[in-house]
Amino acid sequence: MELYRMTATELSEMIAHKKISSVELTRSVLDRIASRDKEIGAYLTVDEEGALAQAAKVDAKLAAGESLSPLAGIPLGIKDNICTRGIRTTCASKMLGNFVPPYNATVIEKLQAADYVCLGKLNMDEFAMGSSTETSYFQKTRNPHDLERVPGGSSGGSAAAVAAGEAIVTLGSDTGGSIRQPASYCGVVGLKPTYGSVSRYGLVAFASSLDQIGPMARSVSDTALLYSIICGQDPHDVTTARRSYSDFVAGMQPSVKGLKIGIPQEYFGEGVAAEVRESVMNVAREYEKMGAELVEISLPSTSYALAAYYIIASAEASSNLARFDGVKYGFRAAEYKNLEELYENTRSEGFGAEVKRRIMLGTYVLSSGYYDAYYKKAKFTQLMIQDRFRQAFQSCDVILTPTAPDTAFKLGENINDQIKMYMNDILTVTVNIAGLPAISIPCGRDSKNLPIGCQLIGSKFSEQTLFNTAAAYENLVGGFDLDQAIC
Amino acid sequence: MDYKGYEVIIGLEVHAELNTKTKIYCSCKNEFGLEVNSQCCPVCMGMPGTLPTLNGKVVEYAVKMGYALGCTINPVCKQDRKNYFYPDLPKAYQISQYDIPLCEHGHLDILVDGEERRIGITRIHIEEDAGKLIHDDSFSGTLVDFNRCGVPLIEIVSEPDLRSSKEAKVYLDTIRSILIYLGISDGKMQEGSIRCDINVSVHKPGEPFGTRVEMKNVNTFSGAVRAIDYEAARQIEVLEAGGTISQETRRWDDAKGENVLLRSKEDAQDYRYFPEPDLSTIVLEESELAAIKATIPELPNKKLVRYMKDFGLPEEDAHLLVDQQEKAAFFEELTALNKVKPKNASNWILGDISRLTNETGKTIAELGISAPALADLIALTEGNKISSSVAKSVFEEMLKTGKTAGEIVKEKGLEQVSDTDALQAIVDQVVAANQKSIDDYRGGKTNALGFLVGQCMKVSKGKGNPAIMREMLLKILEG
Repeated sequence: MELYRMTATELSEMIAHKKISSVELTRSVLDRIASRDKEIGAYLTVDEEGALAQAAKVDAKLAAGESLSPLAGIPLGIKDNICTRGIRTTCASKMLGNFVPPYNATVIEKLQAADYVCLGKLNMDEFAMGSSTETSYFQKTRNPHDLERVPGGSSGGSAAAVAAGEAIVTLGSDTGGSIRQPASYCGVVGLKPTYGSVSRYGLVAFASSLDQIGPMARSVSDTALLYSIICGQDPHDVTTARRSYSDFVAGMQPSVKGLKIGIPQEYFGEGVAAEVRESVMNVAREYEKMGAELVEISLPSTSYALAAYYIIASAEASSNLARFDGVKYGFRAAEYKNLEELYENTRSEGFGAEVKRRIMLGTYVLSSGYYDAYYKKAKFTQLMIQDRFRQAFQSCDVILTPTAPDTAFKLGENINDQIKMYMNDILTVTVNIAGLPAISIPCGRDSKNLPIGCQLIGSKFSEQTLFNTAAAYENLVGGFDLDQAIC
Repeated sequence: MDYKGYEVIIGLEVHAELNTKTKIYCSCKNEFGLEVNSQCCPVCMGMPGTLPTLNGKVVEYAVKMGYALGCTINPVCKQDRKNYFYPDLPKAYQISQYDIPLCEHGHLDILVDGEERRIGITRIHIEEDAGKLIHDDSFSGTLVDFNRCGVPLIEIVSEPDLRSSKEAKVYLDTIRSILIYLGISDGKMQEGSIRCDINVSVHKPGEPFGTRVEMKNVNTFSGAVRAIDYEAARQIEVLEAGGTISQETRRWDDAKGENVLLRSKEDAQDYRYFPEPDLSTIVLEESELAAIKATIPELPNKKLVRYMKDFGLPEEDAHLLVDQQEKAAFFEELTALNKVKPKNASNWILGDISRLTNETGKTIAELGISAPALADLIALTEGNKISSSVAKSVFEEMLKTGKTAGEIVKEKGLEQVSDTDALQAIVDQVVAANQKSIDDYRGGKTNALGFLVGQCMKVSKGKGNPAIMREMLLKILEG
C-alpha cells in the first residue's frame, strides 16, 4: 500500500523499526499533494523543502539510535490559523495574506518537540467563520468524496487533506463545529477537545471562550495519538486547565460494555435528514449489541444554543479581529487620506463578507444599551446549557448524536443563505457553549454515497471515554473506509 | 483664584504607572527610556494568536494602594476589554476593569490651609498602558513606539469632592507621595509616570451641580492647576453670558494654556466593554490580603499632621521632611533618641543634610552619618558647648573622619568660649581695627554690627559665643 494511505500508528511503527524512512514517507505524501491538490485545494502553503529537511533530521536522529516520540517523522498539515514561525499564516484572509509569524503556537512547539514533519498550511473559512471553507479569500477546497461538494468548514482543508491522503493527520480548530462537521462531511475522525485542555496560544483567535485546537485523522488511535501530544496546561494560556493527562493511546480500551449512552431526542428531530438519523441510530443499536445501555435523554435548552453561540462568538470576534487595522502587519489599503480612512479602507478591503457580517453583529450586541439584552443573556444561557449537560451526564456516560443535519452540500449551494449555513452548526455548537469534548466518527454513507458522521459527546476531560467508545465502533466496522476518497 | 462667587466641583482620574519589573501581561521589561521598540514582544504588540498572562505583582501593588486609600478590596474581580481603535493600541482594545474594580469606596485625607479635608475615592482599577506615537520633523507621518504597551497602570478615580485647583494640586501631590511611600510607582512626572484626566463643573452655591466637562492630556500637576482654572473660568464666562455648558471632552494644551473641544456627548465613544475571555477571574485569599495590608507603612499625609501636632513643626517644614521617606525616617530616628529639640533636628535635616544629599546625589544612609552621631552634635549646640558655625565644621569633619562630635570638639579645642575676659579682648581688638565700621554704624548703617560680629567670630576662630560678643559690641557702639 502507498505510504500516504496508511495511519500514523502504522507508519510510526515502520519508522521506528527503520522499515521506512521519514523522508520516504514525506516524499510519498508530498507527491500525493502534488498530484491531487490541484483538484482538492486543501493547501494554502506547502513547505516541501522544510518538510523534507525535517524528515531527514528525524531519520538522522533514528540512525543515531535516539528514541523518539511516536509522532516523529509523521507528516502533518496545519490549519492556517495556527501560527507557525517563519511560515505564512493567513487565516485564509486577504488581511493576513503576507503575515509570517515570528513565533510558534504552543501546539506547534509541542509537535516540534515530538519531531513532527510540517507539510504546510491548510485552507479554511476566513478566520474560521463558515461551514464550507467557501469564505476562504484564496481558494475553494473540494470534498475528496465528491469534487462538486464542499468539505465542510471551517477546517475544510484539514479534513479534505486527511481524507485525500494529502496528510497523515492534521490539526484543525473548532469554535462551533469546525472540526467535527468537516470530519463528518469528509468521512474522517475529528476531535473537539474539552475547552482548556489544549493551549490556544498562537491560534489566531475567533471566539476566545469557545475556540479549541484539535486533531483530525483517519483512525481513532491516530486522533488519540495527536491529542496526547498537543494537550496540556500552558503557562502562556491561563484558560488551560491545571491538570495532568495520561497517554490516551496507551489507555485505549475499545469497549462499551456497561457504558450508558444517552440519546437526546432534540438531536434527531426536524431538520435532520432521515438517512443521517437512520445511520446514527444504527450506531446506537450496534453499541447496544456490544453491551452498552441506551438511555433516552432530553436536552431542551439546545434550542437556545445556536442563538447564544452566534452572539457570544460574534461579540468576541468583533473584538479579537479589531487588531487587524493596517497599522502593524498584514494588509493595508493602498489609498487613504487620514487615520479614519486607513482603518475603514483596510478593513473594508481586507475582510470578506462573512467576517464583516460577524464583526457587525458582534459590535452590535456589545454596544451600549444592547449588552444586557444580548451578550449578558447569551452568557446566562451558556450557564444554563452547561448545567443541563451536567444533569444529563448523571444518567449517561456519553451522548450520541448526528454530527451534522445532513451530508456535504454542493459548492455555492448555501453561500447566499446564511440561516441555512448557520443551521449546519446546530448539532455541534452546544458542545462548544458547554465547553465539552466531542468526537465525530464516520458511520456509513447516504444514498448519494456521501459520508455521514456521528458525534459522541462526553463530560469535561472524558476524552479517553470518547476514544474508547469511538474505537469500539471503528473495530466493529473494520476501520473507516476511505478508499473512495483516497483513490 | 477668584471663581466669581461660583463653586467649582472637581473630580480627578489619576493614572499611575506601577514600577513592577515586568509588564502587566508579558515578561517584557517595564523600563522607561530604552531604545524605541526594544522592549516589546508578540504579546504586548498584540500579534495574532498571542494571549495575556496577568503579572501577580500588579494586583499586589494595586491592592496596596487600595488599602492606603482606605478602600474595600474586592476579593473576586475580573478584567474587561475596552474596545477602541488607535494606532498606539495594538490589540485595538485595552485590558482594563469595568464594573468590578479591584478596589472601591475609599478616601484620602489631604491638608489644605492647615485643615484636613477628606476626599472620596470612588475606585482603583488595574489596566495596561498604550504605546506612544512619535511625530518628528525628521520624518513625515507618524511612528509608533510600543515599549510602553502593557506597562501596568492603576487608575485612581476620585469623587467630585475637590473645590479648587489648589485642593486638586494638594490631592495630586499627596497621591504621588503615597505611591512613592508604598514603593509601587516612581512618580516621575517628566517620564509620564503619573497623568490625569480632570472633570470640572461650576455652579452657584445652593444650586444643583453644573454639567461636567472632562479634560484630557494633563501631564503635570502645575498643568492641572492651570487646566482647572482655565476651564472653571471658561464655564463661568459662558454661564455669565447666559449660555449653557454642554457635556463634552476637551483636550488641554499646556503650551497654549487653553483647551479645545475633543468630542461632544453625542460623539462619546462606545467602548463595548465585555469580560476579557483570555484571562481568569482574579481571586484573592483573605490571608493574601492580610499579608499585603500588613506592609502598608504610615503614610505621608498622616505623618504630616502628626509632625505638626506632636512636634510643633511648621507645615512647610513638616511637608519638606515628609516629602522624602528617608528624610522622614531619619527625622523620626533623631527625635526618638529624645536628645534634641525636634525643630533643631528638622533644621539640620532640611539644612546641611539635604544640601549634601542634593550636592552628592547620595542618600542619607550613604552620607555615612548616623542619627545618634548627629544627635550628639545637635546636643552640643543646644547646650551652648559649640556655636552653630563650629557645628557646621564639626559636621564636615565627622563626615570625613567618622569621629564623634565630642571627639572632634575635644581634639581641636573647638568648645565655645563664653569667658567674658577672653571675649572682651577679642571685641576690643576688632573695634580697634575697624574704625570705619564703627563710624558707619553710628552714622545709621546698623548692618555694620553683623560685620563686626563676623570679624569677632573670625578672630575667635569660630569659638567665641556670638551672642555675648554681640552684646559687648553694642555696648561700645551705643556707649
